[in-house]
Amino acid sequence: MRNKIAIQVDDLTVAYNYKPVLWDIDLVVPEAVLMAIVGPNGAGKSTLIKAILGIIDPIAGSVSIYGKPYDKQRQLVAYVPQKGSVDWDFPTTALDVVMMGTYGSLGWIKRPGKKEKKASLEALEKVGMLAFKNRQISQLSGGQQQRVFLARALVQNASIYFMDEPFQGVDATTEIAIINILKELRKAGKTVVVVHHDLQTVPEYFDWVTFLNVKKIATGPVKEIFNDDNLTKTYGINYKVAVNK
Amino acid sequence: MSNPQIEIQLIAAVVAIACAIPGVFLVLRKMALISDAISHSILPGIVLGFFITQDLNSPLLIILAAITGIITVVLVEWIQKTGLVKEDTAIGLVFPALFSIGVILIAKNANDVHLDVDAVLLGELAFAPFDRLMMSGIDLGPKSLWVMGVILVITMMLLLLFFKELKVSTFDVGLSSALGFSPAILHYGLMSISSVTVVGAFEAVGAILVVALMIAPAATSYLLTSDLKKMLMLSVLFGVFSAISGYWLAHWLDASIAGSISTMLGLVFLMVYLFAPNKGLIAVMYRHKQQRIEVSLLTFLLHLNNHNEEEERHINHLQEHINWQKIRAKTVVDLAEKNNLISINNQVVSLTEKGNNFTSIALEYIITNKDEKIEHLKDDFFLFRG
Ligand SMILES: Nc1ncnc2c1ncn2[C@@H]1O[C@H](COP(=O)(O)OP(=O)(O)OP(=O)(O)O)[C@@H](O)[C@H]1O
Ligand SMILES: [Mg+2]
Repeated sequence: MRNKIAIQVDDLTVAYNYKPVLWDIDLVVPEAVLMAIVGPNGAGKSTLIKAILGIIDPIAGSVSIYGKPYDKQRQLVAYVPQKGSVDWDFPTTALDVVMMGTYGSLGWIKRPGKKEKKASLEALEKVGMLAFKNRQISQLSGGQQQRVFLARALVQNASIYFMDEPFQGVDATTEIAIINILKELRKAGKTVVVVHHDLQTVPEYFDWVTFLNVKKIATGPVKEIFNDDNLTKTYGINYKVAVNK
Repeated sequence: MSNPQIEIQLIAAVVAIACAIPGVFLVLRKMALISDAISHSILPGIVLGFFITQDLNSPLLIILAAITGIITVVLVEWIQKTGLVKEDTAIGLVFPALFSIGVILIAKNANDVHLDVDAVLLGELAFAPFDRLMMSGIDLGPKSLWVMGVILVITMMLLLLFFKELKVSTFDVGLSSALGFSPAILHYGLMSISSVTVVGAFEAVGAILVVALMIAPAATSYLLTSDLKKMLMLSVLFGVFSAISGYWLAHWLDASIAGSISTMLGLVFLMVYLFAPNKGLIAVMYRHKQQRIEVSLLTFLLHLNNHNEEEERHINHLQEHINWQKIRAKTVVDLAEKNNLISINNQVVSLTEKGNNFTSIALEYIITNKDEKIEHLKDDFFLFRG
């Protein structure tokens, strides 16, 4: 037996307006892996994450986080949404956004205090955004916004991290900085699930991968299953990826 | 000031605060229109309450009206969810329907009693002090002041308790729900308090002013700050200021109080829209002009940086070469000199050490687009503020 099971999804089906966008997904993610979810636009990658996090109700199936339903395990999970899912003109600063990550452990009514602020500043420091802590978020560049959201996830101090396209619109330096932080998390025994579009970098960044297109095509170690066959099944076109090994 | 005068201003101020707080969240959630919808569609609730109690002062009216308000919200969302129409259309469908049900109910049944649409929709502040709250013969003050006072206290309490939850669910629904702060509960909580506020307020100030008091202060303060707490405080301030100054405007012009307060709200918004330091129209125009000059300055400095030959740096040559008109060239040279970026000897311009430094930092920024390098320049130069 490898590691403990961090995430288990059984027979999950999700529909928008009665049109299923995820069909009967079974998925087991072991602890301490860095997993990519790959699939074409509209494949249901974001939907899968949202269903796991209880943001959307599935019409069938169940999800468990370390053996228990998500409701009971919220504290163990952090989430970075896909860009554009928040209101960028909202009157709030970078530091304030990161502080929101601490709200979960505070629960209802209790306010964040010194401790939460300190943790948030450290997280900003870690992603190299301390200098921008008082900047209104719409006045940050796309890559900087992404880093702030990463900091918000870090401050949640979770065991499992979900990130929806964290590399969207960031430059190479930032991408490497982010992936290094993610690798550090894995080393610390955390499980990281990332929706990823750049197939070239999958073998370099990740050790686990899930192919998704409405149905689950395959899931497992990158070394074993990241091949042209699965890519072709997922993307429909005949795939000869430049995964020249 | 006479007693009723003080009371009217007090009522207006309390209504303004009670409206401004939920208004901020409605504006941030892009739901400004919903307050308009609620203010009209509660009519059937009030009429129904009146039929049951035969008393326009019964608290049941407020409760039933607030429920109608929430039904409005639910109906709007339900129609929207069908995906056939957008939110504004859904609002436009729902509230006239509910409103007309109220009108028909009145027309059919209330001919002999004192209940007409005007009385329900067009509250009049001037009359508010005459409707007193009496308890075993003792006069406790205007009724609407009590009603709105209670609503305000409840609003404040809820705001203090659930500020962070409201903030996160307004900013990022996904995170809010992932953290366990049900966006649905918060949404309907906000809608409920908005409905109750609208119902409580419009009896005192009229439906139109309620909407104005909810939306205008929030829209105004949105232009001024990037901090939600400050936005709330500013909204309250603008609301109260407009309410009081509107009252005196009406007094002075002998005009409708509600109309004058609305006018003040509009004026305050206009002033801020024009003069706000960052997002205001004039600030934006000024910034564009400054940025244009600064780009010219940078071009000029880069030219100096590129050329060691004296003839290239001669002031006359510069004018011809960079091909600027005299005025522009002079503005740029003056600006550079004022900032000690250049020195002029015998009509030959050279970069000072500071100028050299500045140019290389700016150059690096232009090439790498790395913001950290120029953080400290942002205070002096618009160009780098994005
Ligand atoms: N709120 C919604 N209402 C209706 N349909 C939706 C909604 N959100 C997503 N869909 C549909 O569900 C399907 C899956 O969407 P999802 O956002 O999960 O795709 P994705 O794999 O994340 O795509 P991308 O790579 O573009 O982010 C798409 O066909 C999309 O059109
Ligand atoms: Mg997506």
